[in-house]
Parts: sequence; structure tokens; C-alpha cells
Amino acid sequence: MSQPTPAVKTVEQRDQVVILFAGDSGDGIQLTGSQFTDTNALFGNDVSTFPNFPAEIRAPQGTLAGVSGYQLHFGSVEIFTPGDQCDVLVVMNAAALKANIGKLKQGGTIIANSDGFDPKNLRLAGYAAGDDPLANGSLVNYVLHSVDVTKMTRAALEELTLGMKEKDRCKNMFVLGFINWMFNRGMANSERFLHQKFAKKPELLDANLRALKAGFHYGDTSETFTTRFDVKPAPMPKGTYRSITGNQGTALGLIAAAQKARLDLFYGSYPITPASDILHELSRHKNFGVITFQAEDEIAAIASAIGASYGGALGITASSGPGIALKTEAMGLAFMLELPLVIVNVQRGGPSTGLPTKTEQADLWQAVHGRNGEAPIPVIAASTPIDCFDMAFEAVQIALEHMTPVMLLTDGYIANGAEPWRFPQAKELPEIKPNFIPAREGVGDPAIPAQGRNDNAEAFLPYLRDERGVRPWALPGQAGLQHRIGGIEKQDKTGNISYDPANHELMVRLRAEKVARIADRYKPIRLDSGPAEGDVLIVGWGSTYGAIRTAALQLQAEGRSVAHVHIRHMFPFNKGLGPLLKQYRKVLVPEMNSGQLRQLLRAEFLCDAQGLNKIQGMPFTSEEIRAGVLNLLQA
Amino acid sequence: MSTVNGLNATPVPGSGSGVTARSDKAEKIDFSSDQEVRWCPGCGDYSILKQVQTLLEQSGKKKEEVVFISGIGCSSRFPYYLDTYGLHGIHGRAPAIVSGLRSVRPELSVWMITGDGDALSIGGNHIIHLLRRNVDVNVLLFNNEIYGLTKGQYSPTSPEGAVTRSTPMGSTDHPFNPLALVKGADGTFIARSMDRDPKHLREVLARADAHRGTSLVEIYQNCNVFNDGAFEVFTEKASKPANTLFVEHGKPLVFAGGTKGICIKDMKPRVIDIGPDFSPNDCWVHDERDNFKASILVRLFEDPQHEGAFPRPFGVFYVADRPTHEEKLQAQVRRAKEVKGAGDLDALLKGGHTWVIS
Repeated sequence: MSQPTPAVKTVEQRDQVVILFAGDSGDGIQLTGSQFTDTNALFGNDVSTFPNFPAEIRAPQGTLAGVSGYQLHFGSVEIFTPGDQCDVLVVMNAAALKANIGKLKQGGTIIANSDGFDPKNLRLAGYAAGDDPLANGSLVNYVLHSVDVTKMTRAALEELTLGMKEKDRCKNMFVLGFINWMFNRGMANSERFLHQKFAKKPELLDANLRALKAGFHYGDTSETFTTRFDVKPAPMPKGTYRSITGNQGTALGLIAAAQKARLDLFYGSYPITPASDILHELSRHKNFGVITFQAEDEIAAIASAIGASYGGALGITASSGPGIALKTEAMGLAFMLELPLVIVNVQRGGPSTGLPTKTEQADLWQAVHGRNGEAPIPVIAASTPIDCFDMAFEAVQIALEHMTPVMLLTDGYIANGAEPWRFPQAKELPEIKPNFIPAREGVGDPAIPAQGRNDNAEAFLPYLRDERGVRPWALPGQAGLQHRIGGIEKQDKTGNISYDPANHELMVRLRAEKVARIADRYKPIRLDSGPAEGDVLIVGWGSTYGAIRTAALQLQAEGRSVAHVHIRHMFPFNKGLGPLLKQYRKVLVPEMNSGQLRQLLRAEFLCDAQGLNKIQGMPFTSEEIRAGVLNLLQA
Repeated sequence: MSTVNGLNATPVPGSGSGVTARSDKAEKIDFSSDQEVRWCPGCGDYSILKQVQTLLEQSGKKKEEVVFISGIGCSSRFPYYLDTYGLHGIHGRAPAIVSGLRSVRPELSVWMITGDGDALSIGGNHIIHLLRRNVDVNVLLFNNEIYGLTKGQYSPTSPEGAVTRSTPMGSTDHPFNPLALVKGADGTFIARSMDRDPKHLREVLARADAHRGTSLVEIYQNCNVFNDGAFEVFTEKASKPANTLFVEHGKPLVFAGGTKGICIKDMKPRVIDIGPDFSPNDCWVHDERDNFKASILVRLFEDPQHEGAFPRPFGVFYVADRPTHEEKLQAQVRRAKEVKGAGDLDALLKGGHTWVIS
């Protein structure tokens, strides 16, 4: 197969490419994908990724259930989504092909590990005996390259003393090497990565480097491949970049905000997919005064965070839908106590256990309404991995400056997806001012001689509100501010238990007004794209941002009168939203649920919003959004 | 106290030390709050509140250093009646609130008030984890073997067969032995007292307060409305001597006015008559530090109506030294700062791997 001299190769320019790596969940697919992402980002491409893996850690090998995928969209143009359909599909076995062939464009390229199409793999993937898709002509509409990755990896590592199992685990590096060649990228970044990863395991380093190079040279020498692709750097704003996932963004945003408020950060949490990576990230940064507490359950996770906030730290908890359900009662307590607290919900497919590794936006009603009694808490939502940082920071600002629990919604799609981040400087981030109150030394203290004693000071009023309706944050240990708080209805100002009917109504209103006034701090609402008035306004929220933006820009380029606004404040809404909705003939609300924001908009603004709903555990494609808008325009 | 937050040393407004000039002969600090106490007349809770107030007044603690955290139930109203910091939480979750508070404020004196339903039923999961972690808190478990606030249903400590509003034909549940549960969760301070013996209660509470780690004191508390006389046999003059065993460190286990004792023979506890055949020297000598004997002590839990039943022990059963959870958490933070240096936000935002677009 290989030639002693390199064959003549041509290089084809592309402005963007979508590549999907797929294989068994043990094949190292996520590593291959994230490494290639890194290489392209370093090169200067804009990138967006979508890791998609099974809930089982090691699902049965070779089966459809065990297929793990990593989709990367990179380009010399601005990239907003991981891409609707792929140009290149890399499959390590028959199941990976079967599960993903529908996502490949007509005429797209398939790179298949032929060893993964033996009779056993074909059977496990559900192909009939002898019906090998690589050989039966069913892939005639694609450019098919069948490569025996296993055999060539073994050959490259022949001299090494490693066991066969270890050698076979280097297959993903062969693939990475080949893909580096195919897209005209060098091997330097991949090599540097391997040197870091296997710094203490020279044998494995050697094996992986050999496999990587073997893959690269295979592209160079094999006659099968005559074309390489080149994707030039994107016109990204100048600056220093790093890659960031949504969960990392959330964790860093929380730490940054705690630092800006000069507070310790207490994170109470119970492991749950897809939120656990926030716990993992925070637990690495204890030198920022971060305490992570892996609680015995979801209830203890939030209750411990409330205890920490009561003590004057920044209390935070996070989970996903089922865990948030368990935290509901404690959220009501935090609301009633009027203590700062941030609750992060990394949404996943529901209800109940639902689809743990898939994405959905179906917890919006739970966030806005899901408590007993009238307990409105501010709800904000992040739209991209980077936005997770910004919104986590804002969640802390609101919690500390308005003395309230705040719910931050992200979802599995942006939590695990990554994008290049031109990270801010610490000094660019605003200071946060917690609503502390000075202690009152000597109030009623008999240890102090009578003349110096402040006996006549009025009783401390823990629920005396300022002009924004916000109460002070008095901390245990502060002299003269002793007070009792609890979940029972309290008397206005004093906080003492009160069952007085008129007082209850007053308190329900005061608490609601305080939360409503948080809208006063928002910046004016701003369109993401499109005309200030026209035919259709697309109202999006959360992780649908990239798909909606791509579709809106395309529709505008096609001459349609379509605008896009993306809502980050789910409750209370931006005051400019109501008037904005009236500037368009029709309003379309795409959501990965049955229409939860649509109903909130209808209820709040008497607006005849239409829904575009997808409930498949998978993000929208931009084409789906575009088609939805065109349908509405024709209706 | 110059700082509130142990980690970032965030100055708390106006909490500077050295402002107050304390005279040598301090007047007694009154720890009672301005709130009217609202338990049923005759409730055992009044006695416990009194002993706690007295103990605090004698302790020399400042009011602002003391925090009471409770769950839900009659006993959980306790924090409202003390002029300290107080948080009346939600049902069963006080241990978790305490764990978070102590993680960030280890210098405070934290007390947790709970009942048999709050701690052992709805909060059962939290109490065992509080104990195994050894969070430094004084837990006062008011056990009245009934749900009082919800008006008379059986609790996880009600005896099997208990006829209550929710069990007209008798409870079918086997009850918890609370202190055996505490021992099983590796509690580091295990004690029992009762509302009707104020002096004993005060002494046990003082010991609990002095212990570093989770001090759990089970307090037999009479609910005179829904379960009156549940502990009568241990509290009434006539039956108390024969049915109670007050253990003291280094002293032999004798009861019934010195006429009976407990010895260990063939690895089993046995009741012996002090007299011609046995002297107190033959009895088991209580050692609070003895892990295995503590396991036997908490198991002396038979129904006193039972023929030949062991007396019910009271006092401090077991004390162990184990680092507290918050000490270990804070030590990790200190170590991280020593090794990595105090957090540099710019370095954090930059991460490990960057590239420049110019």
C-alpha cells in the first residue's frame, strides 16, 4: 500500500469544515477530537465542538449504544455551531458508521477503520451477515477511504515490547496523525501534548509518538489520498486566546466573582451528569479560598451552601434536573431567609432520570416556578461556553448585591462544548459589593461599664430594606447584630415569627418587588442581528444561540426581514423585551422543549408567539431554524 | 476576633477586636431573647432551654459568637428564645446547614437543636454523615418518642406497638436505638441525659461543649400532651434507682443505690448484687475512651418492663479524639496556598494553554 516516494498531492482550500470522529466509547474518540480542535484553534481557526457520548462508561463494545462521537466545526470564517452536517466522518467501527452516516453530507468523505468491520463488529452493529457496507456499494455517494488502522498501528509499534492491548490503544493517535496530514496541519502541537501527557511514562510516549507519525506519513505516502484540505486562519479579534468549555466557564466565573467580592467560595454539590465537571474544576483551585464539599445528597449540597452563605461566604450549589428537584425546598428557604446563593442547573434531557448525557431546555418552568408558595427567584441563562463565564459572574453579582438565591441555567450542550475564548483581564471585571452592615460593639453588653454601653440602641432589624428592597447581610460573630431567621413567615423588619394575615401579604409583596427590581440593573435589550422592526423576530435563549444566529444571518443575507434577540434574563425579563416584541409581525421561539419560554412570553406580554420545538436530546441545526422561519413567513 | 472568614481573611465591617473594655467583674450576660417562649405548659423543653441558657451564661462566651441551628419540630423553635445568632431551617437539614457554616466559620460556637423525627427520620441521612465527618457542633437531640408539632403520630423512636393517632392498632415499626446509631456512624462524643435531671443535664452539656467534634447528646424529653410519661420509669423517684445507671469515667457501674452493679463475664454484661458475693471492685469500671465497651453501653437498651432488664445508662458513654472536618478542609486550603501561592485570578483565567492572534 505504501510507496517509497510521496505521491503527488494537491491542496484544496475550504472556508469551513465539519468533522465527526466516532467509535467505541473506549476508543479515545474524545481525546482525538479535542486534540485536533486544539491544533486548529492554535492555528487560528474559529472552532465549535460537540462531544456526544453514551451514558454508560463502557457500553458493550461494538454496539450502537456504545458509540461515542466528537464533532468539530472549524473555519476561516466565524463559527457559531458545531455544524449541522459533516464533511468528514471518521469511524472506528461498523456501529460508529451506522449511527452517524445520516449526518454526513452527500459526497462527503468517510475514513473507516476496516478492522472495525469484521464479521463480529458487523453483527454487533446489526448489519446482516456478509453485508459489509464498505464493500457492498451502499456508500457509493460518498468518498470512501477504508484504512486498516489496527494493522498499521501494530506494524508501526512492532519493535516495542508493549502488550497488544497497549499497542491497540494507540490507534487513535494513528488517526490523529492522519487527520493532521489531511488538513495540512503539522504534528508539533500533538507531539507537545503527548510529551505532557506521558511525561512520566516514556514507553507509552514512544508508542503514541510512533503511531502519530505513522498516521501522518501514511497520508503522505499512500496513493489513495491525493487531496489535502487547507482551512486558513479566521479573522478573529486580536488578542490572547484559550479554549474553554461551558462547565469550565461556569467554574471560573464563580471564582472570579468570589474574588471580586473578596469572599471565600463554598461549593456544596453531589455528583451528577453533566454538572460534575464544575465540582472537578473548582476542587482544583483551593488556593483561591475555594472549599468544595461533596455532600451526602442534593439536599445537603444546597443546605450546606445556605449554611456557608449564612456564615458570610459565597454559597453555591449546582446540579442537573433531578438534583434540582431535590433542592427545591431549600431554595424556598434561601428565598425566605433572603441570603445570597447561586444554584446552577446544567440541564439535561428529562423528565426523571431522562437522558443524562443529552441536552434539553426543559427545566425553565422548574427554575421560574418550581417552589411552594410564592417564591420568585431570578433566573438567568447562558448561551455559549464563554457566556457561561459571564453569566456565572452575573449570577454572583445579583445574589450578593440583592441578597437572593439566583438560578443559572446552562445545559449539557454548552457545558461540554468548547470554543476559543479571548479571556478578560482580572482588572476589567467589576468589583462586587456584598450588602454587609457594620457591627454594633457594646450593644447591651453587661461586660462594658454602664457609661460606655450602648444600651439604648434600637433593636437590630435584620429585614429592614434599602431603597432596592434589599436587607442587610449580618454575620454571626458581629457584635450587636444577633438575630434569628427562619423559613416561617416573618414580621416585616424584625424578622420575628408572625402569623398576622396583613403582614403575610405585605411580605409576599415586598419579596416579589425586591426580585422584580433586579431588572433595573440590566443593560438595555439589544438585538443580536437584524432590523429593529420587520416580519419575524426570533426569540431564543440558552444554547440554541449558535444555530439561531447562523440561521438569522443567512436569512438576512437572503433578503428576509428577520431579526434575532437572545434572552439571558429569564426572570425577571428585560423591560425592553415587551416593546421589542411589538415591532415584528410574528414572533418565533425555538426551544429544545415543548414551548416553555413561549408560554412565559404569552403570559407576560399577551404576545402571540409561535413555537419551534425540538425534543430529541440533540441541539437544533441552523437549517432547522431557517426552515422554521421560512414556514412561519409563508403561513 | 479580627476576621470572619478564615480563608481570604475578609474583614467584616466593624468587627474589630479590642473595642470593648471588659471589666473584671462582668455582670452575668442574659442569653434569653425578647421572644415569648411558646411551648405547651409543662413541656420538657423549658427545662432544657433553662439549662442551656445557664450554661452559656457561665461559659464566658460572647453572644455573637454563638449560633443555634435547628430543623423543624417543637424543639426546633429553640433558637428564637436565645439572644444569639439563630437559624430555624427546614425539616431534617440542620446537619447540612451546620456543615456549611462550620466549613467557613470554624471559630464560632455552633449548636444544633433537633428531635427524634427531625434527626432520625427525615434527617436520618444527614445526621450519620455529620457524625462520620466529625463536624464540631453540639447536637442536642430531644427525644420524646412522638411527633408533637404534627399532633401525635409515632416517631422512629416510638416503641413497637405504640398506639398513636397514625397507628390506632399499634406501630408495626421497630424503633431506632439512637445512640447505637450514633456509635455505628463513629460519633466521637456520645451521651444521654434527661429533662427532669437539670444538674446532670447541665454537666453533660458542658462536657459536650468542651468536646471538639460532633457531640451528640440524646435528651429524654417528656411531651406531656401526646406522650406523657414516656420516660417516667427513669425519672420518677420510686423507679429511677432500679432502672437507671449513671456512668462516670473511672467509676464502677453501680446502680440501685449501690446495691447492684454490672460486670462483664464471658464478653457479656451481667447484673450482679453488691453484697457478700460481689463488691463494687467486681464491677465494670467505666472508661469513656473504650471503644468496644461503648458499643456495649449503647446496647443496654432493653424495655425496662422486661424481666431482668438492664438499667438504662445516662452520662457520657464515649469520647474520642479525631480531627474535625472543618480543620481538614481548612488545612487543604492552607496547603494549596502554600504550594501554589494565593490565587492569582489572571493566571487562572489564562489557564494552561494559550495562543495569540495578532
